[in-house]
Amino acid sequence: MAVTEKAAGAYIGSPVLRKEDQKLLTGQSRYIDDLTLPGMVWASVVRSPFAHATIKSVDVSKAREAEGFVAAFTGADLADDWAATLPCVWLVTEDTKQPMHRPLATDKARYQGDGVAVVLAETRAQAKDAAELVEVDYDPLPAVIDPEEALADGAPILHEEFGTNHCFTWRLEGGDVDGVFGSAPVTVKERYRQQRLIPNAIEPRGVIAQYLPAQDEYTLWSATQIPHILRFWLAIVLGVPEARLRVVAPDVGGGFGSKLNVYAEEALSLALAKRVGRPVKWTEERSEGYLATIHGRDHWQEMEYAADEDGKIRGVRARLVVGLGAYLQLVTAGTPILGGWLYGGPYDVEAYSLEVVGAFTTATPTDAYRGAGRPEATYLIERTVDALARKLDMDPVEIRRKNFIREFPKTLASGLTIDSGDFEGALDRALEMVGYDAVRREQEERRQRGDTKQLGIGLSTYTEMCGLAPSRILGAILYAAGGWDAATIRCLPTGSVQVFIGTSPHGQGHVTTFSQIVADRLGVSIDQVEVIHGDTSAMQLGLDTYGSRSLAVGGVALWNAAEKVIEKARGIVAHKLEVSPDDLSYDGGRFTVAGTDKAMAVQDAALHAFTAHDLPDGMEPGLEATFVYDPPNFSWPGGAHIAVVEVDTETGAVDLRRYIAVDEIGNVINPMVVDGQVHGGVTQGIAQALWEEAIYDDDGNLTTGSMISYLVPSAAETIDYELDRVNAPSPTNPLGVKGVGETGTIASTAAVMNAVVDALSPYGVTDVEMPAKPERVWRAIQEGGAS
Amino acid sequence: MKIELTINGERREADVWEGESLLFTLREHLGLPGSKNACEQGECGSCSVLLDGRLVCACLVLAAQADGHEVVTVEGLGEDGQLHRVQQAFVDAGAVQCGFCTPGLVVATAALLERSPEPTDDEIREALSGNLCRCTGYQKIFDAVRAAAGATS
Ligand code: FES
Ligand code: FES
Repeated sequence: MAVTEKAAGAYIGSPVLRKEDQKLLTGQSRYIDDLTLPGMVWASVVRSPFAHATIKSVDVSKAREAEGFVAAFTGADLADDWAATLPCVWLVTEDTKQPMHRPLATDKARYQGDGVAVVLAETRAQAKDAAELVEVDYDPLPAVIDPEEALADGAPILHEEFGTNHCFTWRLEGGDVDGVFGSAPVTVKERYRQQRLIPNAIEPRGVIAQYLPAQDEYTLWSATQIPHILRFWLAIVLGVPEARLRVVAPDVGGGFGSKLNVYAEEALSLALAKRVGRPVKWTEERSEGYLATIHGRDHWQEMEYAADEDGKIRGVRARLVVGLGAYLQLVTAGTPILGGWLYGGPYDVEAYSLEVVGAFTTATPTDAYRGAGRPEATYLIERTVDALARKLDMDPVEIRRKNFIREFPKTLASGLTIDSGDFEGALDRALEMVGYDAVRREQEERRQRGDTKQLGIGLSTYTEMCGLAPSRILGAILYAAGGWDAATIRCLPTGSVQVFIGTSPHGQGHVTTFSQIVADRLGVSIDQVEVIHGDTSAMQLGLDTYGSRSLAVGGVALWNAAEKVIEKARGIVAHKLEVSPDDLSYDGGRFTVAGTDKAMAVQDAALHAFTAHDLPDGMEPGLEATFVYDPPNFSWPGGAHIAVVEVDTETGAVDLRRYIAVDEIGNVINPMVVDGQVHGGVTQGIAQALWEEAIYDDDGNLTTGSMISYLVPSAAETIDYELDRVNAPSPTNPLGVKGVGETGTIASTAAVMNAVVDALSPYGVTDVEMPAKPERVWRAIQEGGAS
Repeated sequence: MKIELTINGERREADVWEGESLLFTLREHLGLPGSKNACEQGECGSCSVLLDGRLVCACLVLAAQADGHEVVTVEGLGEDGQLHRVQQAFVDAGAVQCGFCTPGLVVATAALLERSPEPTDDEIREALSGNLCRCTGYQKIFDAVRAAAGATS
């Protein structure tokens, strides 16, 4: 380019206050539950109380008598409304078994909460009351919740057509695995449990569907992370032209992956709106959501390391058995595979072997929950690294230093290439912040004096891949969609700048950070930039928000769209000022010609583009540009987290004392927003380590069915974290950004559990199953001492 | 049944069903959707309002119980179109993410500072422990509460 523009202006890198906040703080936000349409009716779904049962009959006659009743449908009534199954976008192998998944079950209920009928009534309460009058005759069948048991001979089969609960086996190998394991002087083998988690976005899910027969047009408002993907798949499920379906994500109250799906109620409400000729609304009750919204994790994990005597890890061999739940939701099968290339961690490993087995179980489907596959990977890697350190009597810091990847780009034994990173720099900084030697000294003193409160220090050094993703790679691994994203910038003739983005925020602050990018690149005030998102009729192009991709893909699309706007404006300005485009410099929103007083603001160019009275020959009127960006690589955040815990050896209580997070996430657009992402992510990861667990009994009843029995951390449980960053900007995009939405969750679970085990190592404890509740910790101390 | 109450300083009337929660009445009859419904079982605090100055979960209070009483919701905190100092502190600290828990937390914080203008950290943790936030990890909310407290003292 002929000019020397600033890559970053006043906004990028500054903690700009959020533009979203005023409405959210004053009750003027508009979430699904705040929206109403004229003539709207309410839906209530009748759900199976059994985990596994044949549906013998469904009788809605009593419901018809209920006050406010409008209509009722069974699964069988609606069976012909579906042109296709509810989708799974990633069937991970050619022979992955995909069961038919209708929005309402017809033959069997396969998890507690599986929908079997739906009732519409004038109000929400009436719909619920009427739904309770629906009589379903079930023949209960045995349940199976544990994925390993589901694969065992004689297990109750969920989908008879397959004759097995086995869904897929996915394998990846790189390097000479047999050779390395055959010759390694040291091996360790560990086995851990990744318990099931319930995402718990604070806003429950909800939808409003409208059908206008005169236009044959559908509109769905949904509390979703993925309006664009939803539109694509719902058009297929309903068999309607995609152009006749508009999907709107209004204000959305958190997702963490739980709103990254195509849910039964989204398809149902559209079908019902057409059938009854009135708009249909459904909102989830909290306990209903615990059953009907996806869960996360649920792995049995095994890891073997082959190493040299000095702690150099040479090979990794991992095996996961994953509980998929009863059906394949949008990314159910692919979620564990999202960590599939990462089981070497940030370490230079020459041989790699991973096997992932997916099993159907009579439970709520699992799917992407914050981190999706990568927290599980980091947990297994980091716990096993500590196990190896114990075996070799090495310090956990030393063994990590021995193995870090230091040269970039680095092609992993698993096949992908990490383009940048600074693992050791992050660890150095984290050690300095925690005061590692001093904490170790205090730990030793407590051990010496037999203190009942033992100190533990846990490290988690991690890498992850996000910014999903290069479309070609996604195609090669059988993912059914691309990984690009899009942005449009439209300079209005009156001076404001409208920005349309294909990502769909639900708490991440895109309106602010994306305004920062545009304001800097165009050199305009942030107040002149208006960001519009979450409506497929405003922005048709987009692949939405998940996997920490919005900035690393959508933000880069936006930056590049701004480049295109400037280039077009340059042509207009050159024509008006009668100079060569190459003579124009662009800075602070103005084009100037060096050595002259000729100048023009980009807004003036926008007005000329609008009036079109005097544009260069052949130029299209209007000043706007769209850029669709397909990233050339994944982005590769990394970092080092350290947890310090105090464990009461008499009660088993774990008290998190300090938490240090040093992340390497590339360039930062808004440090305030980034810190918030880290805080939230770290809290969710800590919660997995210490508090959260979805528990089913042997009959497949979810016993943690409300916020009373499932511990979502409150302000009483959390502490203030200590954050810092190192930077190794992404070399693959012009913003140098990577992504931060999931780093905290990915890193923190392992750090906390390594700390718990470290505290208890004098007692011979090598593992505590998560969550490390007092009772489990206490038991581990009793049992560990004996071993 | 008919109820009459003062909401955000204004006399209001509503025709409610006996079993109806105050939250429902506020949101569906009185045009005040700021208080949020996230659990309807008193567990999340998203529906927090002040009833005669006391912090309550509006989902657990019957509308009928509020008859003749005074209710303040998130819509009534600021004055003359200005944010309340607690709201402003939330903006300044970056304490809002998705915003669904925010109205409840803002009301809970305002109640805390009313009662205890210079709360200790333990008091803050205790006072906010009934308001769940899944996005922020509470750290910036703490910053906001401390800043808002500082602004009064
Ligand atoms: S909605 Fe009232 S406490 Fe959750
Ligand atoms: S900001 Fe999303 S729940 Fe608190």
